[in-house]
Amino acid sequence: MKTRYSFWSLARNALTGHRNWQPAWRQHALKPRYDMVIVGAGGHGLATAYYLASRFGMKRIAVLERGWLGGGNVARNTVTIRSNYLRDESIPFFVRSVKMYEGLSRELNFNLMHSRRTMIDVVQTYPKLRDLTRRMKIMDMYGSHYDRISVAEVRKRIPALTGGQPGSRLPVLAGMVHREAAVNRHDAVAWAYARAADALGVEIHQNTEVTGLTVDKGTGICGVATSRGPVSADSVALAVSGHTFQLARSAGLKLPLQTFNLTAFVSEPVKPIVDVVVNCPDLGVYFSQTAKGELVIGGMPDAGLSYRRDIKQHVFENTVSGLLELFPTFRRLKMLRQWAGHLDITPDGSPIIDRTRIPGLYVTAGWWGGYKAIPAGGLCFAKLIATGEPHTLGAPFSLSRFDSFNYIMETGTTTVV
Amino acid sequence: MLVINCPFCGPRDEREFDYGGLAKAPRSKVERVASNSEWTAYLLHPGDQGRIADEYWWHARGCGEWVRVRRDTTTHRIEQSEVESDR
Ligand SMILES: [Zn+2]
Repeated sequence: MKTRYSFWSLARNALTGHRNWQPAWRQHALKPRYDMVIVGAGGHGLATAYYLASRFGMKRIAVLERGWLGGGNVARNTVTIRSNYLRDESIPFFVRSVKMYEGLSRELNFNLMHSRRTMIDVVQTYPKLRDLTRRMKIMDMYGSHYDRISVAEVRKRIPALTGGQPGSRLPVLAGMVHREAAVNRHDAVAWAYARAADALGVEIHQNTEVTGLTVDKGTGICGVATSRGPVSADSVALAVSGHTFQLARSAGLKLPLQTFNLTAFVSEPVKPIVDVVVNCPDLGVYFSQTAKGELVIGGMPDAGLSYRRDIKQHVFENTVSGLLELFPTFRRLKMLRQWAGHLDITPDGSPIIDRTRIPGLYVTAGWWGGYKAIPAGGLCFAKLIATGEPHTLGAPFSLSRFDSFNYIMETGTTTVV
Repeated sequence: MLVINCPFCGPRDEREFDYGGLAKAPRSKVERVASNSEWTAYLLHPGDQGRIADEYWWHARGCGEWVRVRRDTTTHRIEQSEVESDR
């Protein structure tokens, strides 16, 4: 039984010089067989393992990870959690995910540093205002909020916003306030799910790259080939974001996905300057300030397929020049790091949570902005795998919708597009 | 940033180009002969996306021609670029 994290455990370990903390998850020898193999120890893979074990009592689950736990896309995003989507299928899913995040520190006994921030969209064109007004009306039906505020109110709530004055290239027209928006700590999310899943008997194997899927033509999935030898399994679930297309193809499956990179970078830490998530959809840039004081800034996707983990210089420059139009004082900020998250994008921009035509092979993919979807995505995927029936909230995100071009065209996927 | 060798203008900055997606068979050659499932697959799937990808780039802020570029998606190294006459 694992130590519960609490004030007392903290105090007790402080008195003994923090030498007696137990590892948050165990290391295991890789077994030749499991009931369930989940490929990818990122947010979605770990959450799926946790819900399979905790909600559906599933045993003998292994999560296989090529690198280190939480070192993939769960660490390569901007931790923005929100539910301001457009479609009837998307909004209830993300409303649920945001709610689940709010209770997650308690459920997983791990401080996720969850901070409900509110997001303010700084609107600078009438077409964008129309799009957001349309979203507002649909969101209203599902209990997610957008409230329109005046330019004066926008400037009052974001004092650093000094650009976009009347007479400039794109003057600020209005603000849209999404009060459910939050940020939290990405490492903590990965570690918390891993620790909770481990406590329920899930084995997590890092440095174990899945190099291909093993399929029997008659019976379906048999297991996976890994860098540490073959592993057989009744069911295999893919949660590998940008590498889903390649891995599925090793089983002869062609999924409608393409991998692009989305820009993000982070500044040096500065004193508190902004307490909301600021989104500038007309300029293609958004940011929030972390508890440490860094500005975490997100931008546009890089054009063309990419499996590099960086962005091109001009994409960075475009994002920065947009930011400086509205926030000229940021000119003096130094940038510390930049990275790219791999997005595996579907034709309609909405995700896939489904089984495949290969019996026993499941896939969760197409997560453009998947960080906010981790709790609900994991829960829906686990429900489908454990019971064979899709979760109500996950059911629309089927693979078969593409056969009939029954698209769920989503404009709310990234904050900018 | 990519430097794309336009067959008409020579090596030019990626910012002069618009991305046109992965190269695939021209629509006019597929739409009349494809079965339902082939047609669905044609519309849904981008072209082949191995490590080496063939893609279209439009020299929009240059000569206005389409260029077919073969690029390594893990390094951005361009192996070949030629005129795309099917677009
Ligand atoms: Zn040219």
